[in-house]
Amino acid sequence: MIRWLQGLGRYGLARLTRLGRGNLFLLRLLGSLPFLFNRPRLLIVQLYSVGVLSLPIILVSSLFVGMVLGLQGYTNLVPYGAEASLGTLIALSLVRELGPVVAALLYAGRAGSALTAEIGLMKATEQLASMDMMAVDPFKRVLAPRFLAGFIAMPLLAGIFTAAGILGGYFVAVEQLGVDSGAFWSQMQASVDWREDVVNGVVIKSIVFGLVANWIAVFEGYDTVPTSAGIGRSTTRTVVNTSLAVLGLDYVLTALMFGGL
Amino acid sequence: MSKIKILELVVGLFVALGMAAFFMLAMKVSDISSLGDERGYKVQARFENIGGLKVRSPVTMAGVRIGRVTGINFDENTYEAVVTLSINPEYDRLPADSSATILTSGLVGEQYVGLEPGGMDEYLKNGDTIKLTQSALVFERLIGRLVTSLAGGNKDNSDDQPPSSPDAPASRGEGGG
Repeated sequence: MIRWLQGLGRYGLARLTRLGRGNLFLLRLLGSLPFLFNRPRLLIVQLYSVGVLSLPIILVSSLFVGMVLGLQGYTNLVPYGAEASLGTLIALSLVRELGPVVAALLYAGRAGSALTAEIGLMKATEQLASMDMMAVDPFKRVLAPRFLAGFIAMPLLAGIFTAAGILGGYFVAVEQLGVDSGAFWSQMQASVDWREDVVNGVVIKSIVFGLVANWIAVFEGYDTVPTSAGIGRSTTRTVVNTSLAVLGLDYVLTALMFGGL
Repeated sequence: MSKIKILELVVGLFVALGMAAFFMLAMKVSDISSLGDERGYKVQARFENIGGLKVRSPVTMAGVRIGRVTGINFDENTYEAVVTLSINPEYDRLPADSSATILTSGLVGEQYVGLEPGGMDEYLKNGDTIKLTQSALVFERLIGRLVTSLAGGNKDNSDDQPPSSPDAPASRGEGGG
């Protein structure tokens, strides 16, 4: 019994220590961001691997999400003769929720895991330690560009996801199912508000998700147990923790933004 | 060197694509041009019942959107809803005795304020109040009225109608009975 309690205490303390380490890590990371003004090329390379290479999965899945929304919405709205509000349905669900959330989940799977594995391997092969030996700060040289690139890429990816999803929905609703194109766009414009829906939904949410997703990814890589099994576990943890954090934060943000109506 | 240039080009394209996506969300999806409504002039209208009218609902005349609802308040003295309409400044020649009605677009659509032009030579200006208003058609009241007039039609037609629905447009009740 005592041993069990001891184990529980050790587990809790280890968790708390890790949380504290994560926050100190974030502070140090943010502190080393200004260095990137001197070396923007580091950022460009990371932006390519984190942002551009995530584009295919973002584009394909957003098109399909929009198309499914169009199809489902159509079959459910037709009995009420309200298929003209399909545009509203697709746009609001994408702009408020699906766009930022699904983009962040895909980002965690596509880019976050890669970040963790890369940094973890650097640690396991002692590249980070040797940088320290050469008086090159790995925070500035390795971690900060990756973090900032992801932070910039996330809102852009969420915006692309949302826009492409709406186009996918448009394709199914108007081209395939014959909803009137004018009604589709005008009802959408009448009910989607720039500040209330787009800025609140896509912009703020994706900025928050970008911060959290990249923080988790970079920290898990930096904090990994430097073995092959450790890197594997860290990569898994990145995807799992990011997904949980994104979904949980999404509820909080939604409650803050739209709950008070 | 050229490889880095290509990389920069691709990243530039990616950022441009992201910007384009936000531009589309702004222009095509949310119709950002309607933010300019706040420049419009404000007119008030008092209703006994606004039904499901909301802030940002459209204000139309002849079916064309000419403004938005920017405020809904409750007047404790008269027990009426005070609706503030913001009308786009280019429509500055609406007759001062225009009337406002709360209408519904379609059976389940959203509610909006429809303006009917009057015949006066003076025009509505900032701060004016629209005097002729007609409330929203609330389904429960409509059905209640139908039931009372059906029941009343059997024995006596006139007595129990006025108290139950003081704001009734007369023609509706008669149609039911």
